[in-house]
Amino acid sequence: MSDIKITIIDREGQRHEVDAPTDMNMNVMEVCKAYDLPVQAVCGGMAMCATCQCYIVSDHDLGERNDDEEAMLWEASFVKDNSRLGCQIPITEDLEGLVIELAPEE
Amino acid sequence: MITTDILIIGAGPTGLFAVFEAGLLKLKCHIIDALAQPGGQCSELYPKKPIYDIPGFPEVLAGDLVDNLMKQIEPFQPGFTLGERAESIEKLEDDSFIVTTNKGTKHHTKIVAIAGGLGSFEPRKPTIDGIEKYEDNGLAYMIKDPEDYRGKKVVIAGGGDSALDWSIFLANVASEVTLVHRREEFRGALDSVEKVEELVQQDKIRLITPAEILDVNGEGAVESVLLQHNDEAKRMEVIECDAFIPLFGLAPKLGPIADWGLEIEKNAIKVDNTLDYQTNIPGIYAIGDVNTYPGKLKLILCGFHEATLMCQSAYQRIFPNKRYVMKYTTVGGVDGFDGSRKEAEKAVVKKIGNKQDV
Repeated sequence: MSDIKITIIDREGQRHEVDAPTDMNMNVMEVCKAYDLPVQAVCGGMAMCATCQCYIVSDHDLGERNDDEEAMLWEASFVKDNSRLGCQIPITEDLEGLVIELAPEE
Repeated sequence: MITTDILIIGAGPTGLFAVFEAGLLKLKCHIIDALAQPGGQCSELYPKKPIYDIPGFPEVLAGDLVDNLMKQIEPFQPGFTLGERAESIEKLEDDSFIVTTNKGTKHHTKIVAIAGGLGSFEPRKPTIDGIEKYEDNGLAYMIKDPEDYRGKKVVIAGGGDSALDWSIFLANVASEVTLVHRREEFRGALDSVEKVEELVQQDKIRLITPAEILDVNGEGAVESVLLQHNDEAKRMEVIECDAFIPLFGLAPKLGPIADWGLEIEKNAIKVDNTLDYQTNIPGIYAIGDVNTYPGKLKLILCGFHEATLMCQSAYQRIFPNKRYVMKYTTVGGVDGFDGSRKEAEKAVVKKIGNKQDV
């Protein structure tokens, strides 16, 4: 188990390359918060608020959205085909080099 | 005018537990909450989710935690103003406050404790430019009185329980119901999904999926909506209607409290965590998820602690000349304002006689 590098593009277009641990049971939303990136995470990671919505820019295969995530994204704004909820993406070694962009705030 | 010692804004677990701690100090509480039922997020967002970090409860459902808290505070007879949002605050000369809700209900209180969590829950609005001008003119984000739609042509958007349930209900009230959803799948109780399916077969609901409403049109009031079919052709369609009701769930907003002159940092209210969780305005406290301080954790158990210290400070503020020592409930019991009393069963001191010879 080791850290991976992921890149988060904030809402001003600024790129942040950060280290994300794979052995801390963390997800993408939590990594953003840990680096003080502007993700509100109102619901705390229950796929209930969409404030951690992000677009997957790199071509990593993250699998299907889960049911809670899918239902939340029906109702959120600015949803695109590559939209995901950061809180539903666990940090694993497969995500090395992941690039995401934060979706606009509602 | 409602009068109270401590006015609590927010009926989540932290606000509810504050009633208990205040009650032990004989202080009376009144609670305002924007939602129609107490419990805050626990009731509104995840009543069926188990919580594992409430001390003494290896596992408790959020909804059950709220029920337990309501039972725990019952002897202290808290007042409730539910379904109203705290809007404005005024400080009087004697350092007491008047808090007025969006419906004009006035509360006179010595202390204000903001336990507002994430803020008040407000309907999530679709991102359509200039949509505000149709609000209350055919556009609604919640249905207050279904009779308003009798004989009308209604377009409902959304894929959850409320979109399903209102489509079913209005199918027998409105002259025309169109249900629009971004996806073909709906997420709701099985009953509701099946009922909608039945009504679609009977031509009582027109179902359009996958599709999205892109625009609203009309002179002063809703006359039509512009819909885009999410098929390959991306076909556009204008649907004539008298009402457009997007039901996209609720999202919390800090709301008017943000304009009360309190120091705010990252959407939370700054408080003094070295002492009593008081804000920059003396007499106004902020407890639970709504506050922030170095090392803050948004946990229910931390909210309970903050509520407890807040009440001690509130007592000192209301009775500056009284001396008071905290009493354990195991020692002092609990005296309800309703005359009830709970206390530990007393042990007896009694001689036990020797075995008698017959």
